[in-house]
Amino acid sequence: MTSLSPNLPPDKQREMLRQMLTIRRFEERASDDYRAGKIYGVVHCYIGEEAVAVGVCTALDPRDRIISTHRGHGHCIAKGADLNRMMAELYGRQTGYCKGKGGSMHIADFGIGMLGANGIVAGGIAIVTGAGLAAQMEGNGGVAVSFFGDGASNAGPFHECLNIAAAWKLPMLYVCENNMYAAQTAAVATHALSDVAARAAGYGIPGVVVDGNDAFAVYQAAHAAVERARSGAGPTLIECKTYRWRGHTERAGQPDPRDRAEVDAWQGRDPIALLERQLREQGELDDAGLRAMEGEIMAALEAAVAFAEASPFPLPEQATDDVFAA
Amino acid sequence: MRELTYNEAAVEAIAEEMRRDPKIFYMSTDALAPLLKEFGPQRIRATPITEAALTGMGIGAAGSGFRPIVDWRQVTFSFVAMDQIVNQAAKIHYMFGGQVTFPILFRASVGGGGKVAAQHSQSPYSMFMNVAGLKMFLPSTPYDMKGLLKTAIRDNNPVISFESGRLMARKGDVPEGDYTIPLGVADVKREGSDVTVVALAWLVHEALAAAETLATEGISVEVVDPRTLVPLDTATIRESVRKTGRLVIADEAGPTAGFSAEVAAVATEDAATFSRLKAPVKRVCALQVPIPYSPVLEDAVFPDRNRIIAGIREVLQGRRAAAAE
Repeated sequence: MTSLSPNLPPDKQREMLRQMLTIRRFEERASDDYRAGKIYGVVHCYIGEEAVAVGVCTALDPRDRIISTHRGHGHCIAKGADLNRMMAELYGRQTGYCKGKGGSMHIADFGIGMLGANGIVAGGIAIVTGAGLAAQMEGNGGVAVSFFGDGASNAGPFHECLNIAAAWKLPMLYVCENNMYAAQTAAVATHALSDVAARAAGYGIPGVVVDGNDAFAVYQAAHAAVERARSGAGPTLIECKTYRWRGHTERAGQPDPRDRAEVDAWQGRDPIALLERQLREQGELDDAGLRAMEGEIMAALEAAVAFAEASPFPLPEQATDDVFAA
Repeated sequence: MRELTYNEAAVEAIAEEMRRDPKIFYMSTDALAPLLKEFGPQRIRATPITEAALTGMGIGAAGSGFRPIVDWRQVTFSFVAMDQIVNQAAKIHYMFGGQVTFPILFRASVGGGGKVAAQHSQSPYSMFMNVAGLKMFLPSTPYDMKGLLKTAIRDNNPVISFESGRLMARKGDVPEGDYTIPLGVADVKREGSDVTVVALAWLVHEALAAAETLATEGISVEVVDPRTLVPLDTATIRESVRKTGRLVIADEAGPTAGFSAEVAAVATEDAATFSRLKAPVKRVCALQVPIPYSPVLEDAVFPDRNRIIAGIREVLQGRRAAAAE
């Protein structure tokens, strides 16, 4: 199950662990604050799937663009989003990424190539394919990455976009985070094939299945797909088999049909624990290093919460700002 | 002045803008033939018949620094892309706090008269007007088409160009070279003093014909063409109604929650306008049915100059009665 360590310098490998831990601690805090009534609406946690966002984004550089889903915190953090502005957005404040207009489901940072979390399943796939077309027309070697779930892989835009990206050889990565459930519905009940990646053959592009809990395995698959995309050879579909530890949302009292033993088994395959073990085995991490990393992350999170709490709410009259651009 | 058809005016506007700005490119399910030779297949793109994908791709390209034109061809095909239009294009600038702009021009022909039945004869602009975050217009002349399209292409928002199928081959004066018409500015196509007719596209021409007929009876009709649906030029509509005291709204769409209802509200919810109304507002719309195929049936559904005349006579009844006393 343990993949070979990728050809990444040790500090980059430790950075992967730091990002994955940041995602988890950010969401643990977001969940607590949601339950405490400080964060509104709905929060979808990515906990358990951190290796996917971090593994893929480690293979990207700043010119590359990604799009996310309703479960978007992980992609934001992995692409380099600012924790203060993320937390402020969750808190509904003026200083948030979207000035309090978006919330957890709609964080974007176009400045770092994060084209937004999207509340419609499969809603972002076509948009980021347009970013891939833009990258191709710009001709600067940039790539675009669509993150989506197993549920979205059954929706029209997935198929429409794989086809057009393949036909036009767009520099795209389609990354399916197969966590085995579309909200509460098991993928086995809605997919005729066990592997989403197998559908790539229908569009004449590579389809790869990887262990989505193994950050190095995800990185390696993404790296190969990025090389292919940058070379002009076209898109790749990467299916990351993973699991969401928590319910579909953090809302209390929601049904969760999943078998407890299944949840426990996947929690026993914690992507963070796996990466930590890999780094320790390679001599790139020790107890002191891990403690320091945890301390820095918790300090950054506390600072983010303090920033959010100290930030003003939007003014009521700002509800009419930004309907149209100047 | 040189004459162009409504459709030629649109193509000329796009060509001039594409020459001016290399970030503009065009996507539709068949390449826009008149421009393919000049701009090539990279900028005049033929896509698969996947309106959802090409609409979304337009949004993504716009958010990445390009200025796409997405041609749905007929508005009926835009419904295939409704999530991308309503949930994505309309909301993305606002929802993300205005971080970047999404300059996209969508094109869609509307209207009936082609004997092509229900799925290809629609005027659903009020459905789009109801969605915050979209601008849209519907020109009645080749001159307006060119000027509005050029403005829309330069606008930093998603803008829908609704284009009347009935008017595609209609000719009119169009200046060569660059000129623009601002969005949100109505045009008084004919001045008059007894009644205001607010009409769009083909019905502007029907209203003008009605006005010509009624002029022989001494009835003076003012024809107001809003041109832009969002933002709607409420000031010009109200000013005209305050002057004439009577309002007829002619629309190729059905009346229910439609453009005509919006114009009626614009006139009646403004106290200064309402107080000048001498008769109830009259709507002359298509019947609220899917558009039928057979010419006899189709003609029965749509308003025309005769129904506009009947509508005008209806709101003038009070005047006739008063004059007779």
